[in-house]
Amino acid sequence: MKAADRELETGPATAEALFEVRELTKVYLMGEVSIQALRGVDLRLLSGELAVLLGASGCGKSTLLNILGGLDVATGGTVLYRGRDLTRAGDRELTRYRRYEVGFVFQFYNMIPSLTARENVAVVTEIATDPMSPEEALALVDLEDRMDHFPSQLSGGQQQRVAIARAIAKRPAVLLCDEPTGALDSKTSVSVLQAIEDINRRLGTTTALITHNEVIGEMAHRVIRMSDGRIVDERVNSHRRPPSELHW
Amino acid sequence: MRSLRGQVAAIAVVVAAGVMTLIISLITLDALTGTMDRFYRDFRFGQVFADLKRAPEPVAERLREVSGVNQVEIRVRAAVRLEIPGFADPVRGQLLSLPEGRQPEVNRLYLRAGRLPMPERADEVVVSEAFAEAHALEPGDRLKAIIRGGLEELTISGIALSPEFIYQIAPTDLVPDYERYAILWMNRRALAQAYAMEGAFNSVAVTLQAGASEDLVVAELDRILAPYGGVGAHGRDEVLSHRFLTDELDQIRAMATVLPAVFLGVAAFLLHVLMGRIVRRQREQIAVLKAFGYRNTEIALHYCGLTGLVVLVGALAGIALGAWAADGLAGVYREYFRFPEIDFRLRPGVILTGLAVSGGAALLGAIGAVRSAAGLPPAEAMRPPAPERYRRGWLDRSVFGRWLGQPTRIIFRNLARHPFKSSLSVLGVGLAGALLLVGSYQFNAVEHMIDIQYRLVQRMDTHLTFHDPVPERAIAELRHVPGVYHAEGYRAAPVRLAVGARDYQTSILGLDTGSRLRGLFDGNHRPVSLPPDGVLMTRYLADFLGVAPGDRVSVELLEGARRTLEVPLAGTVDEPLGVGVYMERRALNRLIREGPAVNGAWLLVEESRRNELFSRLWEMPRVAGVGMMAEAERGIREHLTDTILVFMGILLLLAGSIAFAVVYNNARIALAERTRELATLRVLGFTRGEIAWILIGEIGILTLAALPVGWLAGTLFAFLLSEAMSVDMYRIPFVVTPWTYAFSAAGVLVASAFSMLLIARRIRDIDMVSALKSAE
Ligand SMILES: Nc1ncnc2c1ncn2[C@@H]1O[C@H](COP(=O)(O)OP(=O)(O)OP(=O)(O)O)[C@@H](O)[C@H]1O
Ligand SMILES: [Mg+2]
Repeated sequence: MKAADRELETGPATAEALFEVRELTKVYLMGEVSIQALRGVDLRLLSGELAVLLGASGCGKSTLLNILGGLDVATGGTVLYRGRDLTRAGDRELTRYRRYEVGFVFQFYNMIPSLTARENVAVVTEIATDPMSPEEALALVDLEDRMDHFPSQLSGGQQQRVAIARAIAKRPAVLLCDEPTGALDSKTSVSVLQAIEDINRRLGTTTALITHNEVIGEMAHRVIRMSDGRIVDERVNSHRRPPSELHW
Repeated sequence: MRSLRGQVAAIAVVVAAGVMTLIISLITLDALTGTMDRFYRDFRFGQVFADLKRAPEPVAERLREVSGVNQVEIRVRAAVRLEIPGFADPVRGQLLSLPEGRQPEVNRLYLRAGRLPMPERADEVVVSEAFAEAHALEPGDRLKAIIRGGLEELTISGIALSPEFIYQIAPTDLVPDYERYAILWMNRRALAQAYAMEGAFNSVAVTLQAGASEDLVVAELDRILAPYGGVGAHGRDEVLSHRFLTDELDQIRAMATVLPAVFLGVAAFLLHVLMGRIVRRQREQIAVLKAFGYRNTEIALHYCGLTGLVVLVGALAGIALGAWAADGLAGVYREYFRFPEIDFRLRPGVILTGLAVSGGAALLGAIGAVRSAAGLPPAEAMRPPAPERYRRGWLDRSVFGRWLGQPTRIIFRNLARHPFKSSLSVLGVGLAGALLLVGSYQFNAVEHMIDIQYRLVQRMDTHLTFHDPVPERAIAELRHVPGVYHAEGYRAAPVRLAVGARDYQTSILGLDTGSRLRGLFDGNHRPVSLPPDGVLMTRYLADFLGVAPGDRVSVELLEGARRTLEVPLAGTVDEPLGVGVYMERRALNRLIREGPAVNGAWLLVEESRRNELFSRLWEMPRVAGVGMMAEAERGIREHLTDTILVFMGILLLLAGSIAFAVVYNNARIALAERTRELATLRVLGFTRGEIAWILIGEIGILTLAALPVGWLAGTLFAFLLSEAMSVDMYRIPFVVTPWTYAFSAAGVLVASAFSMLLIARRIRDIDMVSALKSAE
């Protein structure tokens, strides 16, 4: 895991689109008021790509990611995942989608407090079709020696790494991370980002990562900027920097 | 508070149930004791009573001189047989004398309708209200009485109530039969004439001066009346009506403490859990308030007020329900206890007691949470609560643990994490199960009791009593009466049993060895054989007297030449109904110093010839009464249904509501505490069914663990209740059938399934996205 020492490849292995988002809108109705969270998003996520989403608070990043992950349903538009339309899927189908295809990492770790690190990972491996073992997944995030610790016995960064192990243990096609380093200091953040980058590179997992931190954009294949429910800028990094070189 | 609506409602229901039982009992107790005291005082209910063979009137003067005696009423009392136009069954009655055209000094009558007999009128009678109602009799109606073999036509002059017969029951019966048993009053001269008692009396009732000793007066009356065939003076406690009334009051008192305590205890427990949760949720607000300078007492008051509100709502509902139910029960009591009026009113004192007791429960439930809220230092409260500490338990280390799925593991960890709370939940649900068991146990037990009494113990279908003892051969004659299959005679003799300071007035029943119609059984329904001499007695009585087989009991014969003998207790029998003492009949005859005689008979009769046979029996001059066992059985069944079973029905309903409230409460709290976890699992791709399992499994395990607790506690409650409800009239046997256990379990499972159903809806609506937004 000394990836940080090398130069990163600039493009994903293939150019095939895993997600195809068209005219995506989302309106939240709160009584009389309606809030337009997404105002027509068009986006393609390529297989094996690591994309970073940037944007001001409230611009709709999480809303977009949640719809991509099958946690929320869109108001209009389509989201094609490998040609299947997620916006038309029912709860049962979305559950299967999350179960077999998607790995999530969130700002607040979302550990099951009553289970150890190993068991938190096993929660997912038990229901997956071709998972790695929990031990293997935890080794990928350098937590072999903390496997039998409960979340309350782990630091925030360690918990987030368990969350990453849990997200990738089923070998998902997609890894969705919503501010994974939001609650962490910069040093810890780097180790978490390293884990994410490593997985993207080694397993080819398509990854979308939301952050408020411009610097983190430098590790992505592509940086996508959002503003007020729309994508306003997309930029391919000609030169990616490994997480270990990021400072803020 | 909005999100806690369901739980608040559940707690309010349990509080309401507790307050309701309390209010019912208190209103009833208050009404009955108040009415009884007033009626006894205003209508001068006697305090010492005595029956005797015959004493000349002047003896009354000696009774008046006994120190401590206030008023003395001498009277003539006689058994009578009645014929009611249009009613085929035999009717027995008791005739009591009235001073010519006046109210007696003691045991005055309350006239419901009509008037007392006119002086010198020999054909006018006052009849008891219950009897008059049963036959729709009114003043002016006529009935026929067979007095000493002759038929007399009587006219009803009035309908009355007496403090002596509030509970109107024949001495040999266990429950009132208003159609077949009457109390009548007529002028003394006429009655004395009919029974050859002119210038004499055979019964006396006296009131006492304030502060007089009842025991001394009883002893003095006994001494004076003994030469006149006195059968033992006694206080009110041996007047049947009064005894039933006080037994009833004791039972209500027992219920007034036990049931509300159980319900309010459960409510306090639920409040404790709920308030603890609210305080944990509102730590931050508490801290802010404290930072703004609110005092601890103000914060404590706030939470006390919150609890108080929940309890107040429940208590008010309980008071209203209790008053309503008591009103319904009032009808039952008016039927059994014949007072001029029973004032079932909700008095302020009762309301206050209800509020105070439920307030106590509220305080008990709130104190823990309030103390932790008040004791929270402001800075501490601003921090999130310390993370839960979980441990890997024995289950994980076992082989089984390795095969456990993670969701199931989550269930076990959560349960093990809060062993105290988990056990309290188990206890709460267990208590509900226990109540269900107690409630349903009574239904089976009463059925069982009646079965034993009427299939095993008393196998006759007809019961005959004679005015006086008759020679044995009367039984042989009875056997030849057409329609009689089988007949057996018995001898009943009034006695007072005494052991040490305890005494009990009853009759010894002399039975023939090998009786086919009257069984004697031990606790395991094995026949007990009659000893050649010595007595057997109902275990209830042996326990009351504190004697064991082999001990000697002093038997005072209250008939004929009054003698006191020491008789060994040969053994005990177990009978659910009544209090009996048994002896070999000839041995009893010898004890009384008479030849082989009987004064009653039991028959098996041919059903188709019953009516014909009955009129024939009634015509026999020696026959004082004819009774049908089927009637007695029907009567007791009805009585038990009216009294305990109605109450137990209410109890069942309440137990069901408790079971539901506890389970639902647990489930709601578990849901609230785990929403984030469940949402996370949904995000990770778990189906709704799979995450529901985590909650339902937890509820299920608690419920299953509660079943044996309920069985155990219920069995204990049932045992205690069967002991507490043991009265002279009946002893509900302690039989808990598998059916009862199954019923208790089914009730808990249904309540639990119902709350799971309600919870399942909420699980479906869990919002995955919102759970990801905040750190708890
Ligand atoms: N459940 C909801 N109900 C109503 N409005 C919502 C809801 N969730 C999000 N919104 C609104 O939708 C808009 C987009 O929210 P979103 O969470 O996607 O923003 P974001 O870009 O992720 O912001 P942040 O960087 O602060 O996380 C916001 O204006 C927000 O107020
Ligand atoms: Mg966001």
